[in-house]
Amino acid sequence: MTTARTAVTLSGVSKVYGRGPAAVHALDSVSLDIAPGEFVCLVGASGCGKSTLLSLVAGLDTQDSGSVAIVDGARPALMFQEPALFPWLTVAGNVTLPLRLRGVPRPRRAERVAELLRSVHLEEFARRRPHQLSGGMRQRVALARTLALDTPVLLMDEPFGALDAMTRDILHDEIERIWQERGLTVLFVTHNVREAARLGDRIILLSSRPGRVVWERRVDVPRPRRIDSPEIAEVAAEVTDRLRREVGRHGH
Amino acid sequence: MATDLGTAERTITGLDALDLADRTATPRGARVWAAAWPKVLALGLAVGLWQVVVWSGWRPEYILPAPATVAAALVDLVRTGGFWSSVVNTAGRALSGYSIAIAIGLVLGVAVARIRVLRAAIGSMITALQTMPSIAWFPLAIVLFQLSEQAILFVVVLGAAPSIANGVIAGVDYVPPLLLRAGRNIGARGWRLYRYVIGPASLPHIVSGLKQGWAFCWRSLMAGELLVIIPGRPAVGTSLEQHRGLSEYPEMMADMIVILVIGLLVDAVFGAADRAVRTRWGITENR
Repeated sequence: MTTARTAVTLSGVSKVYGRGPAAVHALDSVSLDIAPGEFVCLVGASGCGKSTLLSLVAGLDTQDSGSVAIVDGARPALMFQEPALFPWLTVAGNVTLPLRLRGVPRPRRAERVAELLRSVHLEEFARRRPHQLSGGMRQRVALARTLALDTPVLLMDEPFGALDAMTRDILHDEIERIWQERGLTVLFVTHNVREAARLGDRIILLSSRPGRVVWERRVDVPRPRRIDSPEIAEVAAEVTDRLRREVGRHGH
Repeated sequence: MATDLGTAERTITGLDALDLADRTATPRGARVWAAAWPKVLALGLAVGLWQVVVWSGWRPEYILPAPATVAAALVDLVRTGGFWSSVVNTAGRALSGYSIAIAIGLVLGVAVARIRVLRAAIGSMITALQTMPSIAWFPLAIVLFQLSEQAILFVVVLGAAPSIANGVIAGVDYVPPLLLRAGRNIGARGWRLYRYVIGPASLPHIVSGLKQGWAFCWRSLMAGELLVIIPGRPAVGTSLEQHRGLSEYPEMMADMIVILVIGLLVDAVFGAADRAVRTRWGITENR
């Protein structure tokens, strides 16, 4: 039983967009094992197929070859760079919808929504509408909505990319806490190398066109971490060097 | 560790408070005044212009009556029982025609938006129907249904349904792809994606389709009531034509004002619905 030891298993996954000479190899036989409870950061330059990979794991797209397996056949939850909240629903309504769609009985829903909003510190804002909140608050609502899916695997596609540095720092603490409390497995895509070093147990570098796993490194800095600590800066510097070398390959 | 958590939480609530600090709403009275005064001014200018034209003597006053004469005729008109029965008849026609148009428009819109073949086949035909002036349908309608309620209904529905269908189609087409992805990710697939994501997301377009549909409905109905005069069935448009025939021009213009006011009132209802949707969604800035 090898599957029991991994939460997400990708083996030889390839994805091609388009046909003939114009075809783009977004992913080329990517293999990846993520352990249960592991926080993995995926880094790469633009066009490396990071988002494609997440879509495949989330089941929003299908690979051309290879296989994607999730522990116990669970459906992972995906969080985007934009909050993608439904503007016609209140904050509580947005968080309720996944519960409703999963058939959670009505009396249980209110309780769960309150608990989820509390975990992202937004219990007072339950009746507001998304447009009445700041960017960081909206992203926290999106996180609560994603957590409402109750899946063991959380996929995040540059979720903090559009936020200012201070809000981002705070959300780093938040996601780390929630990940630890709930024992989640996280696959986190980012182009921010420091963010990857701050959050990840492991950093994986994807090459561009075709997207392949070219390098990986464990981050053994003890938690709680600070993004401005020297240890994190050291890891970030190493990843940046590798990333630059990788990007440089496309220069000639 | 406990104090650590407390600090983090305080930082978050502090940041949230700062982020939301400058979002205060303007008082209600000021908003109503800001919305009302340009309209009052415009009305005053229009009436003033009308009076100036009358004074200029461009047409004799028995042909182009002054605003005050028309106002007096209007007051007399609304005191008669005949006036109210024609308003009831006209409103009944508008209501039944518009209801049928909504039913057809919604079904047609959803079908065309969902089914690719149908879109290719009749998608552009709906827009073509919309450009057809409704008055041009009347000869055919009269040939088919004679001078009857059905003739009017036929044209009213043909006038209003395409706009409503187009609103629905635009609504479905312009649902942001990101919301569809988010919807699918949280488990809304198949018809539940329509029920919980596509339907509500297309609401603003559907409301503007309904609004435009009403405008077409009202215009078609007035054209119909001028042309299709059914004995024993008084109606607002019919009254307009009869007053012209009897050279009762102040009464004729009073009828025009009635038509304008009814159109504006219903339009205001749609305007309010439209604003309510926009406010809920946060599309407008001045809440």
